[in-house]
Amino acid sequence: MPTATYADAVVAVNDEGFFTEPDEWTPDMAAEIARQVGIDELTDRHWQVITFMRKEYTEKGTGPTVRVLGKTSGVSIKELYQLFPKGPAKLAAKIAGIPKPRGCI
Amino acid sequence: MTAEHTESTGPAGTTGTIEKVSIIVSKGSLEGVYPALIMANGARAEGIEANLFFTFFGLDAIHKARLEHIKLATVGNPGLHLATWAGGLPGMSSVMTHYLTHKMDKLDIPPIPEFIEMIADTGAGLYACKASVDLFGLTKADLVEQVKDIITVGEFYELAAGGQIIFT
Repeated sequence: MPTATYADAVVAVNDEGFFTEPDEWTPDMAAEIARQVGIDELTDRHWQVITFMRKEYTEKGTGPTVRVLGKTSGVSIKELYQLFPKGPAKLAAKIAGIPKPRGCI
Repeated sequence: MTAEHTESTGPAGTTGTIEKVSIIVSKGSLEGVYPALIMANGARAEGIEANLFFTFFGLDAIHKARLEHIKLATVGNPGLHLATWAGGLPGMSSVMTHYLTHKMDKLDIPPIPEFIEMIADTGAGLYACKASVDLFGLTKADLVEQVKDIITVGEFYELAAGGQIIFT
């Protein structure tokens, strides 16, 4: 199992770099992961999405798809793609330390 | 070291990741339109640039008066496993369409108008085929506001250059 180091801690990740143990994530790691995926600064709006991703994962066992994000996170689809240009659900999940959501819509 | 997707050059100059897709929508039935929309939306969700090019009956999916009324083809559709005589009964197409859209709604698959709006919001480009628009005597006013432009096939190829083209 591959590993990664964030905030001086070693965490388990899969081949694509998503956390396999979401409990190993701490908020301090988010900025570092974000920079790696091309997001230089996490604003409050980014954090609103990240917090929502972790909440959904905790409650439902899986992160939300982009559609669910757009409908229930309080951030519109348009804004989601402005915040996370290369795929909101995918990138927010990576930054939030949860597995990549599986869904087609 | 995080394991990230890296670009690698394969045979004939292909790379390991897809960066852009341009999807042609040529059909006007429910089952003809949805695959294209799901492919476009799915591409955007993966950070892949996407364009949709609506041609022939695909124009119905971006036609203001028609996009809410797109139906399932119940005749000449062997995949539906419905006898031709049954599929041709009056109202059968409407009934089957209603049934399928109800099932899709339960899976949170959006109806076509909402889906088109959503896909445009993701930043995908929506284009109408000039030849088909002329053929059907339409203008930009007939098309939904999400359509960026009416373009020729040559302009489509320019748009699609460097990426994959998917025909539906």
